[in-house]
Amino acid sequence: MASAELANQLKAKFGDLLSTPSEFRGEVTLKLADTEHIAEVCEFAKKSLSYDMLLDITSIDNYGEDPRWTLVYELYGTGHGCHLRIKTEVSEEKSESPTVTGVWRGADWHEREIYDMMGIRFAGHPDLRRILMWDGYPYFPLRKDFPMAGKPTDLPDVAFTKPAPLEGGPFVTLPGAKDSIAREPRVRVPEH
Amino acid sequence: MATAQTIEFREPASRVAEGAKSLMPAPAPSPVGDDGDLVGEKMVLNMGPSHPSTHGVLRIVLELDGEIITKATPDVGYLHRGDEKIAENMTYTQFIPYTDRLDYLAPLANNVAYAMAVEKLLGIEKQLPPRCHYIRVICCEMARISAHLLGLGAFAMDIGALTVFLHTFTEREKIYSLIERLTGARFTTSYTRIGGLSRDLPPGWADALRKFCDEVEVNFAESETLLTRNRIFVDRTRNVGIISGADAIDYGLTGPNLRGSGVDYDVRKAHPYLVYGELDFEVPVGSVGDSYDRYLVRMEEMRQSVRIIRQCLDRLPGGGDNESKEPINVPDGKVVLPAKDKVLTSMEELIHQFMLVTQGVNAPPGEVYFGAENPKGELGFYINSRGGGTPYRLKIRAPSFCNLSILPHVLPGHMMSDVVSILGSIDFVMGECDR
Repeated sequence: MASAELANQLKAKFGDLLSTPSEFRGEVTLKLADTEHIAEVCEFAKKSLSYDMLLDITSIDNYGEDPRWTLVYELYGTGHGCHLRIKTEVSEEKSESPTVTGVWRGADWHEREIYDMMGIRFAGHPDLRRILMWDGYPYFPLRKDFPMAGKPTDLPDVAFTKPAPLEGGPFVTLPGAKDSIAREPRVRVPEH
Repeated sequence: MATAQTIEFREPASRVAEGAKSLMPAPAPSPVGDDGDLVGEKMVLNMGPSHPSTHGVLRIVLELDGEIITKATPDVGYLHRGDEKIAENMTYTQFIPYTDRLDYLAPLANNVAYAMAVEKLLGIEKQLPPRCHYIRVICCEMARISAHLLGLGAFAMDIGALTVFLHTFTEREKIYSLIERLTGARFTTSYTRIGGLSRDLPPGWADALRKFCDEVEVNFAESETLLTRNRIFVDRTRNVGIISGADAIDYGLTGPNLRGSGVDYDVRKAHPYLVYGELDFEVPVGSVGDSYDRYLVRMEEMRQSVRIIRQCLDRLPGGGDNESKEPINVPDGKVVLPAKDKVLTSMEELIHQFMLVTQGVNAPPGEVYFGAENPKGELGFYINSRGGGTPYRLKIRAPSFCNLSILPHVLPGHMMSDVVSILGSIDFVMGECDR
């Protein structure tokens, strides 16, 4: 297996920082002990092992466990056609990991997405803003303690700036209520 | 009856401005340049989210110097529905309908990619019967033709060639009729199941598909005569939006956008899944990496797809109407729902049915990544399982998301009108980008 060979070369370079490569369903995974070295490891993987493409970065919330976050980097080399997965863990208190945007520019949006969805920051990222949710959104929706049904938020209520022509009528959504459920006409008690 | 109500105005305008502030570039410096000449003030132009050429809800904040773009900031997320969160709260089978809504121009290909990812996790991809393989390949290639037909039609329409759109939509309508006969739905197909397919080909469908293949090839030729040597089209696409091969790899571009830049990477060839390894087809590659190359790559890919479909129809085990009753599902009651007559008569099948419906397939703990060559690029599913019928984490590697991330790099320096050409040639779907 060529992926396993390349993983062993990476392991040989970084020694105890990396775990021995494990294999599941033909995919090789390496675990990095200290997240602070992720950029170096990736740099070496790109420059010396020609993993020139970053397919994806994933974050996992191991809710109730310590460390809470896992970052999963999915590497690919277009030259040799081998995949490699590097995993690293980040504690909840720290919630920060070095950026790999300096290695692959494509990491930019992936890291922004992780910041947006999980709340893990990337030190040195050139433009760490929310990407899918709007700026000023207060929660991190992919965390396991975020409820599936969502939480009411202060969405800028641009749609409710002016009174509707039928304002106050029986089938008209009320503006200004604190969430969308309270704005529904059905929750109002009909007057007789 | 009606009572007067006080409406609380929460100053929406200032809130929106606050949110948009981070997107807006810093104000231009003094209008007098270093050499003392007056330089034009930079203008910020908001494009989208509702703009005909942003194909959905992409918003781009453009900073313009005259007609030249100096900075582009894409703003995505208007179609975010939280698919990954939803996936964590349901069984593997229940998530299949959600995959229709990722790249909604090629739902069949998404269905196949997702089913393959879960099968890889279960370790049953080798058990899939050959008929299932061939039908899945046919589905993927039909999805590719349909997605590229729309992509090309909309691309050409955006830069003024309206006729092509009408031509390609005629053929697309035929594909949808075929898909409707096959799956029961035109758009939201949900055709695959974990370990197989929801149903076999309907009688006479294979012949209808053969007929379609003959017709669509004529249509390709017609569309090509309208575009490939069309002076206006060539002028607006050639040397516009050049992406070098190195940049394309660096930004993680895949699919026709990567191949348009001259990088010969196609998952169907590099890591053949299903029966792609046995089929004879070519992978077109561009040379310059401009919008015109990406157009040419897509045009040729459709022809290759027709070639693949023809080969699959010829080799399909059991033939079009499956007279020899070849299986289409994995013969494992713990993965695929057993036949209804068995469920009502046999104890074991009843238990399997009950367990599959209530708890889902029993996946082993572990993690897999499976990438499939979809019309827009490599659609990858990363599944992290801790055992049981629900993924602990499911990450969708959406090709459109990665493809769009190159916009801030490629747009600056172009004219305003080139944005339309570049966006059209990158051919993205926001349903997949925002998930």
